[in-house]
Amino acid sequence: MATTRELELKAAEMRKATWEMIYRAKTGHTGSDLSCADILVALYNQVLKQTPATFTDPNRDRYIQSKGHAVEILYNVLADQGYFPKSDLLTYSQFNSPYIGHPTNHINGIELNTGSLGHGLGLSVGVALAGKLDHRDYHVYTLMGDGEQAEGSVWEAAMSAGNYKLDNLTAIIDHNRLQISGPTADVMNSEPLADKYRAFGFDVVEIDGNNMAELVSALSTTNTPERPKLILADTIKGKGISFAENQAAWHHKVPTAEQYQQGLDELNAVIGGLQNE
Amino acid sequence: MSKGAKAGDVICSELIDAATKNRDILAVTSDSRGSASLNPFAAALPDQLIEMGIAEQNSVTVSAGMAHSGKRPFVFSPASFLTMRSIEQVKDDVAYSNTNVKLIGISGGNSYSVLGATHHSLQDLAITRAIPNLQVYMPADQYQTAALIQYLTQSAQPAYVRIGKKVLPDIYADEAAAFTKPGKGNVIYDKGNDVTLISAGETLSIALDAAQQLEQAGIHAKVVDLVSIKPLDVDLLNRMADQTHHFVTLEEHSIYGGLGSAVAEAVAPRGDTKVDIIGFPDEPVIAGTQDEVFQYYGMDAASVVKKVQTWLQ
Repeated sequence: MATTRELELKAAEMRKATWEMIYRAKTGHTGSDLSCADILVALYNQVLKQTPATFTDPNRDRYIQSKGHAVEILYNVLADQGYFPKSDLLTYSQFNSPYIGHPTNHINGIELNTGSLGHGLGLSVGVALAGKLDHRDYHVYTLMGDGEQAEGSVWEAAMSAGNYKLDNLTAIIDHNRLQISGPTADVMNSEPLADKYRAFGFDVVEIDGNNMAELVSALSTTNTPERPKLILADTIKGKGISFAENQAAWHHKVPTAEQYQQGLDELNAVIGGLQNE
Repeated sequence: MSKGAKAGDVICSELIDAATKNRDILAVTSDSRGSASLNPFAAALPDQLIEMGIAEQNSVTVSAGMAHSGKRPFVFSPASFLTMRSIEQVKDDVAYSNTNVKLIGISGGNSYSVLGATHHSLQDLAITRAIPNLQVYMPADQYQTAALIQYLTQSAQPAYVRIGKKVLPDIYADEAAAFTKPGKGNVIYDKGNDVTLISAGETLSIALDAAQQLEQAGIHAKVVDLVSIKPLDVDLLNRMADQTHHFVTLEEHSIYGGLGSAVAEAVAPRGDTKVDIIGFPDEPVIAGTQDEVFQYYGMDAASVVKKVQTWLQ
């Protein structure tokens, strides 16, 4: 079991790798990746019962990233876990590379193709329902955005999760309150999300989604019997890069050379600090 | 020989047989078990009928998730909703993710008649056949429906099947003659080389009737069944074009993008075969029973005969 400090260091390293990858490729959803980096690191390093060796095991836990646009952080976490060589990511977004701007199951470690928002929860309901039908004890995790909550298909899926009492399902909302056009509350107010999910039959846990200890605790806690769980993870879009934090404009902005260096210096300082603690 | 059967009843019977042997086979419904003729399945295998409520998008997505975990879902919804409301789920979650989901579009085409255009699916072939990694079928009688479902219960590929509501008259003598494999069409009538009538699904029997009437009028026709609209039997079409050079297609679909378009696309490079397409024009569909509407748009056998006679003059 990794310590909280080790997980925080890992998250900082994943942010750095993602920052470098986006700058190299000149494309990527920077703010979205940085927002949910801690969630993915906690999940893959501490919670998910799945490894590259067990990825095709029918009893493995599953992770489906509904907010597929945050694929750069997912690629880096999967590479770090050993699902494919880190050098593969040098081809990211290049001609004929499988490592494109949204997850595809041509890549080892990715369950199902996502990108169009509002699909991940329904896919996860299907996986969870199959687990129930087959009496398997795996758990399904899915990560959605808060802007994504405007998709009607999310609520069809939420209704079915409650209806089928899927206590083997945990949905996480990367609740950074920003989407591409501005504050989610202004673009299409989906609040109060906690009340809405409770009304659909979920247990709701509200946490600081950039706090590793809170994440590990919320993700590791067993669901209440017969209830799906929603983790409403309050996060900061662009987390870890001072000038990108809480800026909707950084949703899929690529840093300039100057910004890249400044961001790299900030991330290196965090990594150095954590290594020296 | 029996007097025909509804495709829905045949599918239900075949699926009960297959799902009894393979417990991973599921019927997924969107409050559509009755209209999909699945009540016997629900009674026989209640644990293998997954009700999703009136939520066609979620029905497809959840089925993709189940298929990813080893289940073999057959999703039943009216063709109009399954292929229009849920089309992105079909494209992304089924075809693109390559999940083993079979989509059964019930009450297809103009089956719902006076219920109006919200319930008609006259564009489903156009939209489904443009999606990579999705097979498209329209069975024409009970034997073909049975053989097709038997194949689909064994196949790992995503597929869309459109059926109607009518009792289908028997066209084939048995299942083996009716359907063999994807991309295989059948010549079901061959009296000569004046014209080849091409159809699939419910309209195949109309094409056959028209061909028989044409024979009495001295026009010698062939009739081709394109049950597998995708993959298309291009070899068969080329063999027919070698002999007749004049195709007339008949379909319960818009004249844009459906079976006629598929046939025209296949033989256009030859430059020696005329293709006339009979189907629904690009306009709001008039109200009426299915037979009245077919007659109005010149899609009944007598109208097809007149059109062919005119085109051959």
